[in-house]
Amino acid sequence: MPETFDQKIATTLADSRLQTAIYTATNRLISHRKAVVSADALPDYQELRTQANAVKAHTIENLDWYLEEFERNVLDHGGHVHCCRSAADVADVVLEIAKRRGARMIVKSKSMTTEEVDLNERLEHHGLQSVESDFGEYIIQLMHTRPYHIVAPALHLTRYDVADLFERALGVPNDPVIENQCRTARGVLREKFLEADIGISGANFLIADSGAVTIVENEGNARLSTSAPKVHIAVAGIEKLIPRAQDLGTFLKLLGRSATGQPLTVYTSFLAGPKRSGEVDGPEEFHVVLLDGGRTKLLADPEKRESLYCIRCGACLNHCPVYRKIGGHSFPWVYSGPIGAILTPQFVGVENAPQLPFASSLCGACAEVCPVKIDIPKILLELRAEVKTAEKQNGENQLERAAFSAFAYMAVRPKLWARALGFGRKLPIPPVGPVAAWLSEREMPKLPAKSFRELWKQRKSA
Amino acid sequence: MAMATVLERLGFAVDFPGAQTCCGQPAFNSGYLDEARAVAGHTLKTLADCEYVVVPSGSCSAMMSHHYEELFEAGSPENALAASLSPRIYEFSRFVTEVAGVEDVGARFDGIATYHDSCHALRELKIKDGPRRLLGNVRGLELREMDTCEECCGFGGTFSVKFAGVSGGMARSKIESILRTGASTVVSIDSSCLMQLQGAISRAGLPIRTMHLAEVLASR
Repeated sequence: MPETFDQKIATTLADSRLQTAIYTATNRLISHRKAVVSADALPDYQELRTQANAVKAHTIENLDWYLEEFERNVLDHGGHVHCCRSAADVADVVLEIAKRRGARMIVKSKSMTTEEVDLNERLEHHGLQSVESDFGEYIIQLMHTRPYHIVAPALHLTRYDVADLFERALGVPNDPVIENQCRTARGVLREKFLEADIGISGANFLIADSGAVTIVENEGNARLSTSAPKVHIAVAGIEKLIPRAQDLGTFLKLLGRSATGQPLTVYTSFLAGPKRSGEVDGPEEFHVVLLDGGRTKLLADPEKRESLYCIRCGACLNHCPVYRKIGGHSFPWVYSGPIGAILTPQFVGVENAPQLPFASSLCGACAEVCPVKIDIPKILLELRAEVKTAEKQNGENQLERAAFSAFAYMAVRPKLWARALGFGRKLPIPPVGPVAAWLSEREMPKLPAKSFRELWKQRKSA
Repeated sequence: MAMATVLERLGFAVDFPGAQTCCGQPAFNSGYLDEARAVAGHTLKTLADCEYVVVPSGSCSAMMSHHYEELFEAGSPENALAASLSPRIYEFSRFVTEVAGVEDVGARFDGIATYHDSCHALRELKIKDGPRRLLGNVRGLELREMDTCEECCGFGGTFSVKFAGVSGGMARSKIESILRTGASTVVSIDSSCLMQLQGAISRAGLPIRTMHLAEVLASR
């Protein structure tokens, strides 16, 4: 039986090595970001956030228009656009292309959207080999697990873990030197790039007025994945659209800074169509696979559709004190941290992830660092209310509901409230339920000899 | 009581409307909006005639000034009442620095203290420097900043019991940060953070005490 949410959390909390790994990595990401978004380093940081939010809001409100414009421009450049409703549809598109080209080997650059649709598993099921070429993703693929973090998939591993993994999976000597580990991975992956029939990438932005796909990365593997093989397929959620190439500046200034503290990533690629006649580099075929996968359902919800503004920078994960304790694999779906806590219930249904919106202290650190100003705490509160409405309809969690009804009943009856408080002070509190949960970690507060109300009465009569 | 003492010393007449109960935040944050609405309606009626409402808690203040309006339909009498009350609601430190216009209340407190930014005061009410300036003017008090002063203590209302292990872990991280400052007192403007931190400090048996800002400012 798979571990429950609570069990996964407990396992992560109890693993001190893992806790250290998460804290070390997120601390580094936090301090790097802080240095490059400070008022000295980037005086217009807040204006950029406001602008990015406005551009995303406008695009999401007019998504149908921009999707059509994007498609027209991709076709004009000789590319192909495939619209997919579900995860299975994405795999079918890739399989169909692979079959036509007689392809066996696929190289992939990093893409959360392909994680979302389990693309590797689906392709392997049909006898295709699909190799991740981002260093972190390569490690994760060898471990047969899923990314721990949106941006840093192997954030939870130390170089010693990787040394053990490479020894086991690749038969190389155990070597904890990171440079040597990179060299090993590069040696394996170079062969794959040369051998691959198809390259699959994600997309950081889809630019409507240019019909272009923009990819940011640091390793150069996305560049190789999208140019060495004869076919390039970019897989992206429909929310990745932005209207104009000139809007990119706003987002590129924010994305690298928020994600890794880089003013710009090492590589920024603009890919618009296949190789033209007379060009030496580039793929013969250029495909863009646009995934709905539940996004249009979010689009219909004016209160929560801002969830679609996300540019997957991961800053909310790094700054979330809950993510930093429970890690990425405690979350039930591919997206973890605060953004995962709002996307998952909306994509898989609140009834399938009812605990998730409550796994937050609502501290607001996520919204504070979000480069596109998604009000994550507000959306968590809305999802909480949805969970409670569903529980009420299904007659679930009746004890808690009764407790809150009693609370509200007394809170609108001041005399009863004051009497209950006075009574409560004198009663021993039984250590069950929430009291037991409190006592599992903390002592009860010590109450002063007299209540505030008693003291206030004395003070006024004195 | 400490808050009333400080306000009276500053020359304000303090009333405690006995009919007040709770702001309703526990229900609001737990997804029980009908219950939150009922409690908010009662609180609005109770406080409607006050010239200023001064609250010794960042999160209760934010609940009343930021969330009451959205609980009631636009155009309803409660919505109008919430809108008229909102600008009269002040978190304690903000009232002292902005309405009373005082940064030195004449307090004395001997010791090293560190200030914990409560999340709702910091991020919803944007209170950051006021409490620090007030503490900086307390005679005998040395204020030392934590490296993670803005990180959550882990309370989060029902979160503290629904995810007790995570909440407790967050408190311990915070306490480690307090210990690194060498402070013997941790000050905040939110009673719930103080309850969480004191509970975890007592469990760990550490010689640190938690105090509300008003208690420090009332010290002579």
